[in-house]
Amino acid sequence: MAHPSTYQPGTGIERWLDSRLPVVRVMHDQFMAFPTPRNLNYWWTFGGILTFMLVAQIATGVVLAMHYVPTADGAFDSVEKIMRDVNWGWLLRYGHAVGASMFFLAVYIHIFRGLYYGSYKAPREVLWILGVLILMLMIATAFMGYSLPWGQMSFWAVTVITNLFSSLDSVIPGLGTRLVQWIWGGFAVGEPTLNRLYALHYLFPFLIAGVVVLHIWALHVPGNNNPTGIDVKSPKEAVPFHPYYTIKDGFALVAFIVLFAAVVFYAPNYLGHPDNYIPADPLNTPSHIVPEWYFLPYYAILRAIPGKLFGVAALMGSIVILFFIPWLDTSKVRSVSYRPIFKWFFWAFVVTCVALGYLGAQVPEGGYLILGRILTVYYFAFFLVIMPVVGLIEKPSRLPGSITESVLGPKEVPKSRGELKPEGVL
Amino acid sequence: MANRDIPLQSSPSDSDEPTRRDVILVAAAGFAAVGGAVALWPLLDQMNPDASALSLATTEVDISPVEAGQAITVMWRGKPIFIRHRTDKEIAQAKDTPLNDLLDPLARNANLPDDAPASDANRAAEDREPWLVMIGVCTHLGCIPKGQAVGDYKGEYGGWFCPCHGSQYDTAGRVRKGPAPENLFIPPYSFISDKKIKIG
Repeated sequence: MAHPSTYQPGTGIERWLDSRLPVVRVMHDQFMAFPTPRNLNYWWTFGGILTFMLVAQIATGVVLAMHYVPTADGAFDSVEKIMRDVNWGWLLRYGHAVGASMFFLAVYIHIFRGLYYGSYKAPREVLWILGVLILMLMIATAFMGYSLPWGQMSFWAVTVITNLFSSLDSVIPGLGTRLVQWIWGGFAVGEPTLNRLYALHYLFPFLIAGVVVLHIWALHVPGNNNPTGIDVKSPKEAVPFHPYYTIKDGFALVAFIVLFAAVVFYAPNYLGHPDNYIPADPLNTPSHIVPEWYFLPYYAILRAIPGKLFGVAALMGSIVILFFIPWLDTSKVRSVSYRPIFKWFFWAFVVTCVALGYLGAQVPEGGYLILGRILTVYYFAFFLVIMPVVGLIEKPSRLPGSITESVLGPKEVPKSRGELKPEGVL
Repeated sequence: MANRDIPLQSSPSDSDEPTRRDVILVAAAGFAAVGGAVALWPLLDQMNPDASALSLATTEVDISPVEAGQAITVMWRGKPIFIRHRTDKEIAQAKDTPLNDLLDPLARNANLPDDAPASDANRAAEDREPWLVMIGVCTHLGCIPKGQAVGDYKGEYGGWFCPCHGSQYDTAGRVRKGPAPENLFIPPYSFISDKKIKIG
């Protein structure tokens, strides 16, 4: 949120630098003195956790790249060499592989936080759109990274997912095939494919970092949303980011790292698939191909739709639709806490996403397929029907008059509070 | 940087007639745009299959050891090629299937016109009915169907079964059960002799 700069250069060097490149001033104003609503709960700590995860993934990834060999013959062996011979290689690789899972765990919590508290609504639409863009870049990066060990799951996941584009053949004959061969650099997934996936896997995290800078910038223009969804009305309702939220974020980060470390040290392969410890074999497809857990809901949607082209369209649509949420939700109330009808639909949506994740790992037959189709319909109906309609017909519950009132209770408010018009209610 | 306060046109209030400067600006911007687009092409085209990938275009296979009822798999352009020596029963099964029962009515045979129907004669090798030569890649999402090895499950139609999403192919490699949209593709190939096939 726009606020006057409170930075005071203390030394001559700081004054000298401040008049040439005010980088210390920006850091102080944006990350130390930045006014932050006083009522943020722990769901607001995942932004910091995600920043840490991005840095951790880049750090472990850069050092793994020093030992990895991106060739069809050498990739699998070089990963095993990292595990057995390279000093601390096991820790770096498990940290990177489990780190991807933890990154997605954190980002999904972060996204559901934004959905619950209406953090996508005006004036934070651009902030939300940049977040969806980061999610898409993360999905691409994780997919490409998973190909690099060149095990059976790596190879066949790349084969199946790149083949999705061949569905365009049913729109313009030949287009899909040309596109897939362009992606592969050959007539099948092979070494040229591995090489380019590696190059792009190294590039994309830096694109993410760039969009993250814009994301934080877009956050710092309107400032944080908060659990009430009500705007900060007086300076007393905000506290400086440091020390209040550096401590809170720091504590949550430590708790998150405990979980991260527990998986790395005690169950590093729990989230992986054993077939990926079999070297890639272009002549033998594993009997059951499953993506990593964080892609399972999208995979369930893909398989729920009969017909290749529509399945692919639904898969893409399930992510692209997130861009439009700010305009699909017609309610003026941000926080779901004050939306008695929408609340139920929201939690049903959370259950739907988890259930789709479960179905994505099952064989798409019989009851699993039927359930997958029902849940796919709900997934899209939530955005396209429930969000616009419920926002129009729902009568929100009474909002607190201010953040202060929500924290300290309505006592502070004079007796005439019944006459106060609740903010945001239509 | 151009200062917008200073009129770019020599006499801005005269009329909406384009000036020499407008023409130069549009021409320069257009030239830069076209040049930039053209310069992008090498950056994109480098990803297409390179000369070494294209040079693997043909491969010769000795089929003399393959008895009736057996099949072999060879590599061509990084893809598996299924070569099946069919039994009389399998041939009869494929021939007796009415074309109306097929999901994909086209032969998908690179050696025939694109609109050739998917009859068994159009799928099998020319004048060598027992031989079936196909690209062993499921037309759904590119998995390798089972059915080449003796013990494999071959699906309800006795041909091939894709383990990924359950597509089934008959003894002429035609898709009989989805989600695969097309019959298994037949690569360009020819018999050099009774014992040798050239693929590609």
